[in-house]
Amino acid sequence: MKSYLFLIIGMAAVTYIPRLIPLVALKDRNISKNVEEFLKLIPYTSLSILIVRGIMTADSHMTVATIVGIGVAGLISYIKGNLVLSVLAGILFSFIIVNIAP
Amino acid sequence: MDRKNDIKKEIKTSITYALPIVIGYMPIALAFGLLSKNSLISIRDTSLLSFLVYAGASQFMAIDLISAGVASSSILLATFLLNLRHMMMSASLAVEFKDLPKKYMPLLAFGITDETFSVISFNRDKISLYFVIILNTLAFASWNIGTIIGYGIGEILPATLQSSLNVGLYAMFASLLFPEMRKSVNVLFIFIISAIVYVSLYQSKIFTAGWDIILGVIISSIFGLFIQNRRKGESKS
Repeated sequence: MKSYLFLIIGMAAVTYIPRLIPLVALKDRNISKNVEEFLKLIPYTSLSILIVRGIMTADSHMTVATIVGIGVAGLISYIKGNLVLSVLAGILFSFIIVNIAP
Repeated sequence: MDRKNDIKKEIKTSITYALPIVIGYMPIALAFGLLSKNSLISIRDTSLLSFLVYAGASQFMAIDLISAGVASSSILLATFLLNLRHMMMSASLAVEFKDLPKKYMPLLAFGITDETFSVISFNRDKISLYFVIILNTLAFASWNIGTIIGYGIGEILPATLQSSLNVGLYAMFASLLFPEMRKSVNVLFIFIISAIVYVSLYQSKIFTAGWDIILGVIISSIFGLFIQNRRKGESKS
């Protein structure tokens, strides 16, 4: 088998550096109110985008199951607020859909 | 005595919050290990990918590109772009981690993933050094153990189970986001705007995977900022 050691080290570097720089550089700075609000919105926008992206990039036979899984999980956590329960319910429902779909 | 109990309680809370990530990571890590094995990548390199790179989507992509015979420089560039979104997450966490000791930042930075970032961001009141370290460690352990198990015995799982387990992470994203809509109508607006922005970017096919996410987050966060400022202005007048 071929060794990919150098590629992996390079991948590790280009992944770690962007994770590190803002955390070290921004921590003690006073940032403007608008920038702070912008940064606080990132969890909402990035989660929204990851959810939408998950649906759009799912294999075609998984699209419906993915939407149902997301919907069920979101609904249960909206009502009950329990993360583990809603994740498991989401998985269970998508499993049911995959198996009953033609 | 009280202090000891407080720490115990904190550890327990942290484990509870890490659990959905641990559950969500396991099947995807299994799938990764299995795919890597089927692509004839050694167990050492497979484990190192999970251990050193620790970024799910880009690991899958790397396997894909390696199998297709793509040059290392292109794989590196693609990895960089795909994971650049963590830079924004890191910037966002810098605000939340203001009170944590600076010397731990290199360690905490390594643990930033879509999932740990989401759980930490939506539980601002829980943030402490213990909480973040325990959450990151358990998530990391799950990802790495899952990778090795997948490499070893991944093929015994039926395919339909594997693909529905993959839905787990998106189920977790939704479970984190939807309850926030109860707290503020803005979150629903922001979700709709982000969806429209991302779908447009994705369909335009101008941007490669990675850029579309980063631009999508920036554009929809700016829109969100406008909505928020406008609403504040309205409630004042």
